[in-house]
Amino acid sequence: MPAEIYLNVAVSGLLTGLVYGLMALGLSVIFGVVRVVNFAHGEMMTIAMYLAVVLFSHYRLDPLVMMVPIAGVLFALGYVMQRGLINPFINRPEHSQFMLLVALALILVNGLLIVFGPDAQGVQTSYSFASFAVGRLIVDANKIYAALAALAVAAALFAFFRYTLAGKAIRACADNYAGALVVGLDVKRLYALTFGIGAACVGAAGCMMVLLVDVTPPLGPAYTLLAFVIVIVGGLGSMGGALLGGVLIGVSEALAGLFIAPSAKSMFSFGLLILILLLRPQGLLGRRT
Amino acid sequence: MSRASVSLAILAAILVALPFLLGNYALSVATLILYFAYTGQAWNVMMGFAGQLSLGHAVYVGVGAYAAGSLFFHYGIGPWAGVLLAMALCVALGLIIGFLAFRFRISGVYFALLTIAFAEFTRIGFDHLDWTGGPGGMFLRVAQRDTWDLANFRGPPLMYYYAMLALAAGAFALCAWLLRSRAGYYWQAIREDEEAAQALGINTFRWKLLAVAISAAMTAVAGVFFAFYYNNLFPEQIFHISRSIEIILGPVIGGVGTLFGPVLGATVLTLLSDGITEALAAVGWEIPGIKQVFYGVVLLAVVMFLPNGIWPALARRLRL
Repeated sequence: MPAEIYLNVAVSGLLTGLVYGLMALGLSVIFGVVRVVNFAHGEMMTIAMYLAVVLFSHYRLDPLVMMVPIAGVLFALGYVMQRGLINPFINRPEHSQFMLLVALALILVNGLLIVFGPDAQGVQTSYSFASFAVGRLIVDANKIYAALAALAVAAALFAFFRYTLAGKAIRACADNYAGALVVGLDVKRLYALTFGIGAACVGAAGCMMVLLVDVTPPLGPAYTLLAFVIVIVGGLGSMGGALLGGVLIGVSEALAGLFIAPSAKSMFSFGLLILILLLRPQGLLGRRT
Repeated sequence: MSRASVSLAILAAILVALPFLLGNYALSVATLILYFAYTGQAWNVMMGFAGQLSLGHAVYVGVGAYAAGSLFFHYGIGPWAGVLLAMALCVALGLIIGFLAFRFRISGVYFALLTIAFAEFTRIGFDHLDWTGGPGGMFLRVAQRDTWDLANFRGPPLMYYYAMLALAAGAFALCAWLLRSRAGYYWQAIREDEEAAQALGINTFRWKLLAVAISAAMTAVAGVFFAFYYNNLFPEQIFHISRSIEIILGPVIGGVGTLFGPVLGATVLTLLSDGITEALAAVGWEIPGIKQVFYGVVLLAVVMFLPNGIWPALARRLRL
């Protein structure tokens, strides 16, 4: 095989990986602050994907344009979930939190199955089959757009946590829970806000992902697992780590699909996860707690 | 005799007599309840007793099922030898996972994710293993349903019911004994506060490994039963994370760490799932997915309002 095939596949994996990274960023933000592992993360991603599909097929609205309103809907969903359901579980044991989110995921994935049926649905935009050629490298246009959008959202998120008052308050909650309470922060509201932001991230990621793959309900649990792999590899609670992990998994999946077999690609990811857990359990960019 | 042992004796008598009161379908439901009571009990040893959250128990069911299934499929060796191989393989696997996790001080959420990773890794591995049929599955020869062939564990539904009853009762007795053994007290100390347990001189590494080994060996037997009861094995089904979740549901709903919780949880959940199916069929709402939505809602309600499970609340009410 000529060398540019490897390069093409690697670049395509890198671009997809950035979208993976944004999805995982949502999970990482939620865990980093609320300390709850969102086992319904991939299911929330598929909700966003279905919203994008419906808006596109009925009103011809481009998923990338609809990213903002869909992220808004997911924000509301996340906010309400945290306020109403998850908040009473903050101090309960992990298996109890796990059951709660598994039950939620079960309702979401099967709710989608009832509404949309089991068949794969996708969008075909005007640029679905367009591509850019850089020298001998050929890149799909939709992957470029999706990756750029993912970078833009990630940058906005970094800016939010760094420069805004609410972002700083959320970081304070994550760093020192008791301290945050002492200085009078409304921790419950900030937790709900954080869960909403994480859900908005995954909502935006869903709008990008729908350009790359068709959506079916079982994709939800698969994305949940993928998001776990990425955040553990990158470092649970580290924002840069989530993006790095996403890119790593994206590229390694693409190359494993080329070298071994497409069906074996996630074995590679889980193998990587096991290695990381053993050798560097805090993840590549995570801090030891 | 205490109230508890009288109740237990009555329950045992009912369970032994049950096949003569039930039809074939109801008997298969009863077998399923016992199956989940058994696997729940096995999971409970690790989580309920020793506090180690495994979300990948399907890996032991799958490896156990494939070990005994392959021996039978390729060499015609029956499950009595197969179960030994299954247990040996699963104990080895559990010890590897446990050794790596505990040596590298992985705990809590990270340990749970490690168990998922091993289960998924194994699932995809079996998908690419031609010797066991790969994704196309492995099919065991189905024998006559009206003759008892104990050597190859083939026979009527009655036989499978009593086999599962014996396993579930054995697991109950084993767990009751374990809880009062030295290991049981050490495990509970580790569950409540690992550092304190270590400070008291308990070798937490070794005792946690023991919990994993016992739990894996017990689950392996369930896998062997699964292989010879259903006669077909697919990696996609047996190793799937939803299988691991199924195993956990019973004890969590019934009461983690209690002896009777896994039994009660398995009964409630299986009957509930069955009841929902029938109720939906009766009103003509046979839409794919709707059953799981109801199931999820009930699950949500139980986890929200009975955080310790049904059994502790019920036991107080019954003064057991």
